Amino acid sequence: MKKLESTITNMVLVLVGVALITGGILAYVNHVTEGPVKAQAEKALADGIKTVMGGGELTVTKTDTVKQNINGKEVVFVLHQTEDSRHNYLGAAVESTTGGFGGDVKVLVGFNAEGAVLGYTILQHAETPGLGAKADQWFQKGGKGDIIGKNPATDNLTVSKDGGSVDAITASTITSRAFLLAINQAYNAYKNMPADADSGATKHVEK
Amino acid sequence: MNYIKILFNGIVKENPTFVLLLGMCPTLATTTSGLNGMSMGLATMFVLICSNIVISLIKSITPDKVRIPVFIVVIASFVTILQMVMQAFVPEVYATLGLFIPLIVVNCIILGRAEAFACKNGPVASLFDGVGIGLGFTLGLTLLGSVRELLGAGSLFGAVLLPETCNMLLFVLPPGAFITLGYLIAIVNKFKKA
Repeated sequence: MKKLESTITNMVLVLVGVALITGGILAYVNHVTEGPVKAQAEKALADGIKTVMGGGELTVTKTDTVKQNINGKEVVFVLHQTEDSRHNYLGAAVESTTGGFGGDVKVLVGFNAEGAVLGYTILQHAETPGLGAKADQWFQKGGKGDIIGKNPATDNLTVSKDGGSVDAITASTITSRAFLLAINQAYNAYKNMPADADSGATKHVEK
Repeated sequence: MNYIKILFNGIVKENPTFVLLLGMCPTLATTTSGLNGMSMGLATMFVLICSNIVISLIKSITPDKVRIPVFIVVIASFVTILQMVMQAFVPEVYATLGLFIPLIVVNCIILGRAEAFACKNGPVASLFDGVGIGLGFTLGLTLLGSVRELLGAGSLFGAVLLPETCNMLLFVLPPGAFITLGYLIAIVNKFKKA
């Protein structure tokens, strides 16, 4: 077959045709994957909440979004109040974001009713692979910078270089600081929950 | 045309990573571990095979003057499809490679093969070229990622092999990528001459 001449009509027709066909295909693929993508995101969050609250059966009773003004910047926290299958208040899983070394560090951290850290997971980060990215293991139970079971109100959860009680990740002090700041800010947001939080929850908040 | 020859041409003689030195940006950036390198290689291979076939099919109805925009639209569509499918079905892989997937669009290997091979050959030959070059790229990235992971983090595909005291963090960081790539190219050249 002879190659199509590069006349203006041919060029316009081919470009428009290609754009229409690919546009149609992409719209179809988007339509097919939209559901699974949304379900994955929801499942990731639900699994995350379960993990950071200690791994037991639980239901999320209430989700609050709290905005705080920290150093002139508006920071958004999302609090997921949880209770176990017998309707005992467990505490809350809090989404908290700070700036790390390579971009925003977004953590999900679980607090029990007293405010002690039950667990955490890193939802999103852009830290250096092999260095800052180790944060997902480093601060876990048995890790070198174990923060599980500690309470940000009584234990000074900052890196030892800043006079705190947590060992920073080797060669990643900035990531460690960002991570611990996210935990501390999450704790503050959790303590200062909005007044309209349901009574079953609020009575446990004050230590 | 001998299809087997085309296949091996991409893996050995014109290996994109070690011989053509194409697609250096994802090569250096994503190979912090063997698994990351391999996933990136496979993702690129998928786009390369699809775009090679489609471009060789539409080559005769594409006027020469607008061939580059047409090729780029075809490549970009496959990348977008790949991105949406990965996001929906393999979110773990997508989380590590997410940033680099859209960059496959401008990966010079893909447009390079479209220009150098697919727009001159038939769809079957283009398919073999895509598989060959894709495997060559995957092999290169997997090798580079494995060496960096072993030296930098003491593990291979996540399995810890060396104690933490042996880790040389440098190899996980960008300078390690350049050093490792340089030595791997030297070793490949040595073997190719022999």
